[in-house]
Amino acid sequence: MDLTVSIGSLRLPNPLIAASGCFGYGVEYSDVVDLSTLGGVAVKGLFLAEREGHPPPRIVETPSGMLNAIGLQGIGVHRFIREKLPELRDRRAITFVNICGTTIDEYVELARILSDHEGVAALELNISCPNIKEGGITFGCSLTGTHAVVSAVRKVTTLPVIPKLTPNVTDVASFAKAAENAGADAVSLVNTFLAMAIDVETRRPRLSNIVGGLSGPAIRPIAVRMVYECRQAVKLPIIGMGGIASAADVLEFLIAGATAVQVGTANFVEPFIWPKLIDGLRDYMKRHGIARISELTGSLDTTKKETAWISS
Amino acid sequence: MPADIEAAVISNTRLSEHYSVLSLAAPEIAALARPGQFVMVKPSRGTDPLLRRPFSIFETLRDASGSPIGITLLNKRIGVGTGLLYEVEPGMHVACLGPLGKPFEPVDPPAEAWMVAGGVGLAPFVSLAEALKARGTRTTLFYGARTAQELYYVDAFERLGVRPVLATEDGSRGVRGLITAPLGDAFRSLPSANTVQLYVCGPTPMMRAVARLAETNGRGCDVSLEQVMGCGLGGCYSCVVLAKDTSGSAHFVRSCLDGPVFDSRRIVWEALAH
Repeated sequence: MDLTVSIGSLRLPNPLIAASGCFGYGVEYSDVVDLSTLGGVAVKGLFLAEREGHPPPRIVETPSGMLNAIGLQGIGVHRFIREKLPELRDRRAITFVNICGTTIDEYVELARILSDHEGVAALELNISCPNIKEGGITFGCSLTGTHAVVSAVRKVTTLPVIPKLTPNVTDVASFAKAAENAGADAVSLVNTFLAMAIDVETRRPRLSNIVGGLSGPAIRPIAVRMVYECRQAVKLPIIGMGGIASAADVLEFLIAGATAVQVGTANFVEPFIWPKLIDGLRDYMKRHGIARISELTGSLDTTKKETAWISS
Repeated sequence: MPADIEAAVISNTRLSEHYSVLSLAAPEIAALARPGQFVMVKPSRGTDPLLRRPFSIFETLRDASGSPIGITLLNKRIGVGTGLLYEVEPGMHVACLGPLGKPFEPVDPPAEAWMVAGGVGLAPFVSLAEALKARGTRTTLFYGARTAQELYYVDAFERLGVRPVLATEDGSRGVRGLITAPLGDAFRSLPSANTVQLYVCGPTPMMRAVARLAETNGRGCDVSLEQVMGCGLGGCYSCVVLAKDTSGSAHFVRSCLDGPVFDSRRIVWEALAH
């Protein structure tokens, strides 16, 4: 059985990538999972400089989901290269570095710096974080902004360039198309849904940032629909995500049109989930006589079938 | 390396309308657990509530030969997750991940230790008392609650050779008022040559007050902080506290990895909400 998938020039051993913002810098999890067995590790979003992020409370639970407003606390690209990248390299992690900027020049600078370092497999462009005002999302919510960031980064790196798209727009597929036109190697979607929760006793917001991003199983059907729409709009590989918590969830995204997936919130609840997901995928392939998992991508059958209750 | 176990519930002893002690079969976790460490517990199957909850390891359970077979948790129902855990019955299973976090470091040399607990903040101190006893450290437990009915396990601490000093807000047992009053008295009567280390867990205002007392009196003080946690493993960055580094500048650090036990002098108390 062949679980490998390709994202541009990148060959992954399987389609399961740890989602940015949900897996620290990867090294935190080296006791829990052999990082080299993952399809990839998308590290926490990095700016050029260190960032403190928002004050707590930073998360709150909601039905089958959670809101977060971490505010991209991070160690900055230079400390990442010094303190985290060597271990990721030693552990043979396929490292997707998620980068964030407030200007196009900052994305370009980050891409230049990271392209010089061995052990970086791909650049995921964070243009979709809902929790910071001053950048990223401004590009991700404008078609010209998305095109501009992707094409600027494209010019300075040979690494695969993967913009991560926000669902907080009217038509995600048009953003995937803009990314494709700008030379992206793939798109990843979706980031979290802008949301909020209120403590009615105190009438205060439950997050210090007032609003935050909704993730978890609650968003999965919307994310699957968005991957399906993007699949029809672009030829690029799609990395799908949003509430995946089982092998069946992974398969749903693949069939809708994803080449690979990211798992985020489920990793908080079940850090030992990874081998279970792999086993579940193998079991499915065996039951359905599928030799290569890539055959499943976009294999959704939408032909009309006569159902039993109509024919009877 | 932490273990994730579908732990069988051995018993769930209701101490009161709000508190219970949950005994879980978890030999792998019990074998590794050190005082002050915590576990992440999933209160139910399914996705609502979605996340696990952090709990201090209350006691280590051992079989007749002394081998660790499980742990107990001191649970106070304050929300959905703790409410579900209050209701679980023997034979049910709960997912339990651990042990996690930085433990308490027992005083060195083993001179004198003061444990200061408020309410459910008693949780980390049984295992610490055992570790201190094994080292021959003279140990006092300053323990405050609202009423006498909410002071638990005092006998158990006495059996471990711990001297209890109690306070209740209604005066039904021990000193009337907050535990910081008898603690202040203890500082005043403590010879300055005596070395003493404080260990504190409880409501934030209590920990802040105790940390101030310790600092004023020039004594070391470790606090065990309880923060909202998403994962317990450093992945989510939700459990941060503002803490000073060696140069004195303050940054958000993850209480699951850098804590939950911190040297009280590192904590920027004004930034700690509760």
